[in-house]
Amino acid sequence: MANSDCIVIQGSNMAECHPVAYQWVTEAKLRGATVIHVDPRFTRTSATADQHVPIRVGSDIVFLGALIRHVLENELYFREYVVAYTNAATLIGEDFRDTEDLDGIFSGYDPTTGAYDLRTWAYAEADARPDGVAGTDSVGGDDGVGEAGPPEHGAAKADRSAGDEHGAGGPALEHAQVLRDETLQHPRCVLQILRRHYARYTPELVERLCGISQADFDAVAAAITSNSGRERTTCFAYAVGWTQHSLGAQYIRTAAILQLLLGNMGRPGGGIMALRGHASIQGSTDIPTLFNLLPGYLPMPVAGTHDTLQDYLAAISSPAQKGFWTLAPAYVASLMKAYWGDAATAENDWAYDYLPRLTGSHNTYATAMAMLEDEVEGYFLFGQNPAVGSAHGHLQRMAMSHLKWLVVRDLNLIESATYWKDAPEIATGELATEQIGTEVFFLPAASHAEKDGSFTQTQRLLQWHHQAVRPPDQARSDLHFMHELGRKIRAKLAGSHDPRDRPILDLTWDYPQDGHGEPSAAAVLAEINGFQCSGPAAGTPLSSFTEMRDDGSTSGGCWIYTGVFAGGVNLAARRTPDAEQSWVAPEWGWAWPMNRRILYNRASAAPDGTPWSERKAYVWWDPQAGRWTGHDVPDFPVETGPDYRPEPGVGGPAGLAGDDPFVMQADGKGWLFAPSGMVDGPLPTHYEAQESPVENVLYDQQASPARLVYPRPDNLSAPSAGERGAGVYPFVFTTYRLTEHHTAGGMSRWLPYLAELQPEFFCEVSPELAQLRGLTNGGWATIVSPRGAIEARVLVTERMTALTVNGRTVHQIGLPYHWGVGGTGAVVAGDGANDLLGITLDPNVAIQESKVASCDIVEGRRPRGPALVALVRDYQTRAGLTAMTGNELRPELRPEMRLEGS
Amino acid sequence: MSLWRNQLSGPTDPARDAGWVDPPPRQGFFTDTSICIGCKACEVACKEWNQLPMDRLGMTGASYDNSIGLGASTWRHVAFVEQTTERIAAARESGRALIALGMPGLRPGAMDLAAAESAALAALATGTLPDFRWLIASDVCKHCTHAACLDVCPTGSLFRSEFGTVVVQDEICNGCGYCVAACPFGVIERREDAGAGTISGVASAGSSGRAATSAPTGIAAKCTLCYDRLHVGAPPACAQACPTTSIQFGDLDLMRRRATERVEALHAKGFTEARLYGADPNDGIGGTGSIFLLLDEPEVYGLPPDPVVTTHDLPDIFRKAGYAGLTMLVGAALSFLGRRDS
Amino acid sequence: MVPEAQFASYYGRNIVKPAPWGHEIPAYLFLGGLAAGSALVAAGGEMTGRRELQRNGRLIALGALGGSTYALISDLGKPSRFHHMMRTVKLTSPMSIGSWILAGFGAFTGVAALSEVVKEVAPNQGRDLPMAWFWPYGDRLASIGAGFFSAPLAAYTAVLLSDTATPTWHAAYRELPFVFVGSALAAAGGTAMVTTTTRECAPARRMAVGGAILETGAFALLERQIGVPGETLHRGRAGRLLKLAKALTIGGAALTVVGGRWRPSAVAAGLALATASALTRFGVVEAGMESAKDPRYTVVPQKQRLAARRAQAAIDAASEITGLPSAQALAEQA
Repeated sequence: MANSDCIVIQGSNMAECHPVAYQWVTEAKLRGATVIHVDPRFTRTSATADQHVPIRVGSDIVFLGALIRHVLENELYFREYVVAYTNAATLIGEDFRDTEDLDGIFSGYDPTTGAYDLRTWAYAEADARPDGVAGTDSVGGDDGVGEAGPPEHGAAKADRSAGDEHGAGGPALEHAQVLRDETLQHPRCVLQILRRHYARYTPELVERLCGISQADFDAVAAAITSNSGRERTTCFAYAVGWTQHSLGAQYIRTAAILQLLLGNMGRPGGGIMALRGHASIQGSTDIPTLFNLLPGYLPMPVAGTHDTLQDYLAAISSPAQKGFWTLAPAYVASLMKAYWGDAATAENDWAYDYLPRLTGSHNTYATAMAMLEDEVEGYFLFGQNPAVGSAHGHLQRMAMSHLKWLVVRDLNLIESATYWKDAPEIATGELATEQIGTEVFFLPAASHAEKDGSFTQTQRLLQWHHQAVRPPDQARSDLHFMHELGRKIRAKLAGSHDPRDRPILDLTWDYPQDGHGEPSAAAVLAEINGFQCSGPAAGTPLSSFTEMRDDGSTSGGCWIYTGVFAGGVNLAARRTPDAEQSWVAPEWGWAWPMNRRILYNRASAAPDGTPWSERKAYVWWDPQAGRWTGHDVPDFPVETGPDYRPEPGVGGPAGLAGDDPFVMQADGKGWLFAPSGMVDGPLPTHYEAQESPVENVLYDQQASPARLVYPRPDNLSAPSAGERGAGVYPFVFTTYRLTEHHTAGGMSRWLPYLAELQPEFFCEVSPELAQLRGLTNGGWATIVSPRGAIEARVLVTERMTALTVNGRTVHQIGLPYHWGVGGTGAVVAGDGANDLLGITLDPNVAIQESKVASCDIVEGRRPRGPALVALVRDYQTRAGLTAMTGNELRPELRPEMRLEGS
Repeated sequence: MSLWRNQLSGPTDPARDAGWVDPPPRQGFFTDTSICIGCKACEVACKEWNQLPMDRLGMTGASYDNSIGLGASTWRHVAFVEQTTERIAAARESGRALIALGMPGLRPGAMDLAAAESAALAALATGTLPDFRWLIASDVCKHCTHAACLDVCPTGSLFRSEFGTVVVQDEICNGCGYCVAACPFGVIERREDAGAGTISGVASAGSSGRAATSAPTGIAAKCTLCYDRLHVGAPPACAQACPTTSIQFGDLDLMRRRATERVEALHAKGFTEARLYGADPNDGIGGTGSIFLLLDEPEVYGLPPDPVVTTHDLPDIFRKAGYAGLTMLVGAALSFLGRRDS
Repeated sequence: MVPEAQFASYYGRNIVKPAPWGHEIPAYLFLGGLAAGSALVAAGGEMTGRRELQRNGRLIALGALGGSTYALISDLGKPSRFHHMMRTVKLTSPMSIGSWILAGFGAFTGVAALSEVVKEVAPNQGRDLPMAWFWPYGDRLASIGAGFFSAPLAAYTAVLLSDTATPTWHAAYRELPFVFVGSALAAAGGTAMVTTTTRECAPARRMAVGGAILETGAFALLERQIGVPGETLHRGRAGRLLKLAKALTIGGAALTVVGGRWRPSAVAAGLALATASALTRFGVVEAGMESAKDPRYTVVPQKQRLAARRAQAAIDAASEITGLPSAQALAEQA
């Protein structure tokens, strides 16, 4: 980011939530870069930005879509880059129908399941195919499983969260034989589809739906286009302000399309920065804590679909496609060897059957609802505080009260550990301590300063931290806990002949421990890195994932991390000062893959291999040496020259042409149009949020037809604009974090130095709304949603602005979510903002819509005891809420809402 | 006035005045408020390092500022000011007036006044002024060249360090509180109690034990510019914690140079509201050891617009007192003259 | 009164901090003044052979001194460290100088009071004690010593207040010492009138009236020149205290003049003057505290100062361009 000429921060409050990373924005600013902050609130990020653009929450795709249109209509895109490096020229199949044709849905939508069949989004087939297979079966159907099989059905497929299971690649294309029209004129080429799709996303529409003036829009458009091209680069930064929506993944897709059109991917100062929430959230998806992933973005096998290793591998990649996913069999075999060592043999398919199978959605919200049905007996919480930090706190607490046992590992006695005696529901009478059968175990955890380990941050950079002090008293690291738990369970099962116990008994569970019984974190990293497990070099650490083999001769816990322990050295622990190395700083920590600091950096050079410009030179082709070179590790087969063209039908890395920079994509190109990988549409299109005071003037389709809804009496939604009772919850609220606190507060509300800086839960309102509702600065307000009612101190501030949207005033309320009721020993406490949220999920990644919802706000403190429940009920009754309110995926047409000319 | 061991005002090297033989270069801060993001890391890092107690609990309603100001237990304080266009225009205009007077004045003439003026007028004319801004500034002890707190301290508890900074010696201060009244910036304060209050619904402050510091009470306390860290060549905790280099630390001469360069860069872009504070050795306190780049009048941030060290007037104060004393003696003598009572 | 000037501030919060002082400090100021004045009364009495005046003056001086010292110590954050005041002699610290003045004054006053006590308790006024021949010299020495320290003791308390950033105190530094010494004389004279028979009290009466005139006059001058920070002298509790002090001072002085020779009215007048003296100290201290708590009194005067200086700079700059002699140059010629 320090090398950017223009930085657009949208869906992120970077200065407040990532203050340390913000040093690079500051550096760019001091170098003369333009910094733009697009956000509903004027935050500490806006305070240091050159321009703040207030936007209505949930309307980002309109804004970004209009920028795409602006770039296309004015021919401002980086044509040479777009033609060579993206799929702009690629033709899409004749069966594809756009939302513009079908009034808000793409072809392939199944109203009975609310899910898409992706077949019609496929690339057009070459008439003659090398393997001679008829071109009838689809590309990318069934989430890309090559074989034509019975299409999976809706929920299951949606819950599979296809996109994130394959890194940036998305599921397999069967092969890379695609039709292209490099004149970009063919009506079915991606660029023309894009042009038609965004034709109605005009500055006028932006003003109408986002509340952004055309002057502001023009300023942003001018800034990003004048700072893109050969000489200059623009980067986008986002965080959960984009992801936490019922179509969050599509927000990021829109930015990706824009950045590809402007030629800002794979280049210094370009890209889309995903600012992750915690120190190692990137690490927690690389070595996943997600239900549907195995390390290295390998998918979790699904029962009935991936019954054999062959089924499973075919789902990841087809040998005929381009790029490095074709080596997946080696990644999988090595992972199995890392898990089960000698027990993983060629005969038993590397113990593939030891792997658990998914039987449906096991996302955190589905799991909470399963608890309510008494389908879940026990629950481990590692540094997680659902009672405060998860959407719909009430449902979370009620769910935990159904558990037989609960293990909480945290620094402090957080609300989720004490809900059984002091949850808000105890006060209202919805829960009674003596009727909660849950046995709660609290096990104090060690903080990051009290243990060795690595953080993987948003740049995929692994940084090692060393233990500074021993953990206090009984506190232990999570590694210590897991290791001990494994040892105890294995001891109990010792001697068992029950085959179901084999996966546990055969686990490699031999980590060296120090004098305090603490396992060596470095040994774990070495195991993740991988090593030769047979042959003369047995035991030698691997230095690259390309050394992995599918014959069981290599072991490695996460293929993308291979190389971090190359030569037996912990490269994540490197701390060479910037003054002593190049500006790319390759000797600070270690970045996956292969210590590469910018992905797809082949795109930083022109198709002929020369830098786009001296100013932005990064990686280029050295004709003399006959290899790629530059400031960073080239993200390309290092000896594949710019002019290389593969034989038809050649797959894998060798299938990459010299101008296919996107080496993880099945066709080597950046995807403007996603033929697979997104379950809710190949192109981002604007839908309103689950709860919105604004009508979607683009289509009759108000909200995303593929969003995951949970119509239940305990998860009611507010009516949206045009529906009966919409006026009962007239205001929009959005939740967020403050610099002074950490998420649910377990690490900050217990610390006096932090607690005193933001001691009380507050809501931020504009002077206009304060006037409207008689709210006074420093006073109290009660905020009511269909899920609950909370009280907060009032902060009246000009930083909140009432927006005029679609002819009416939209008031937005800001709610930081750091406070909770209960817990033991917290310095400060307060109502939890997440109690107001409902559960509606993005179908790609099952993330909740927590950035936008509807509420009412009134002056004064909330009622106590049962009266609180009565208040919420009263609102629900007045709005006439039923379980189905707002949960119809495909509402009956409402013609009067149509946009003229559509 | 020769009576005084060292001069009471004007430019000088305070460490030498204090009797240090060839001391190290004077150390100081440059706080550039134009790039401060208000993360308050400086406040927390300072408290962590100096083991200061929690100050107070409770929302003030004054934007994001809940620590109110510098005091015995808050040695770095981040101010938050929300402003709309009129105030921004006023600040830009007042800054322009300063430039016309040749400010910042460290290197007269170095600034291209014409360029700045035209840029500023352009900004005003084209209405490119933002309709809102959020001023954020981290305040700290000024470590004055002529430090009133030090001068008036009767016990010698406050002393001038070899780095030119002003430090309290906890074990010597007897809590007379004179320095509190003398400081023209309201920085130093007498710590009355080590604990902090609690707010509704909270068991007890510091119950996690982490804040239970053994901070001495009854004595004056303020920023030491991390005297202990300077001794081992480490930067002050606040400067090290600052993620955006809004707080810079080093040789005061270098700080003054950077401050001048930065303010001139902003002026050249038309941001005439930018001005330096404490950088002028000819001001009422001989310049501060903590220089600030401000974007509005000092009082907007809670800083005195024209601070003068009180001891600047001390010779005259004593002179007046002397005359008064003589008057008293003469008056007394006169009353005993004249006839005895009947 | 200066019209309310418009000024910006940080949420109306004070810039300078008020001194962390309780009522002990004004009490200390008053008793110090009373001690100083009484020492002079005693010295005068001793030199002019007014034995009663001498004895009472000395005892009152010592008592007042004891009281003021106690007040000073008890207001420290760490009273146990009072002796740290004696670690050093600091000319820039009125508190340090004051401590030494207090010490010196205390020594002589102690001796003086001791000799009075001895004369009272010892048989034959102690003439039979060893070294009795020394008493006359000792008495005279004590008188001179105490007298020598009394003026600084009374005057430095004004310096103590003025040498701060507290707007009202500092802005008053030219007249405040005269107000305080006048007040000290009035208090001492008044107390003498209360404790001593009218026969010996003529000097005390003259001292009281003179002190009252000096105090009132100086205060009038102070109010005239002080400007904006003077507002706090007329507002709230400080305003009420000072108004009452003024009334009692003038009333007491007048009563002294007309009825000073009649004991009951002398006592009444004396009490009035002593009370007035105390109220003056409490009022001035309070006014200062108020001026520190309100940013107006820090910002407005400084802005006025700045405006004047910048106007001057503008004139000078202009004159450089036009070649006309600058205001400064003109001033120098003049």
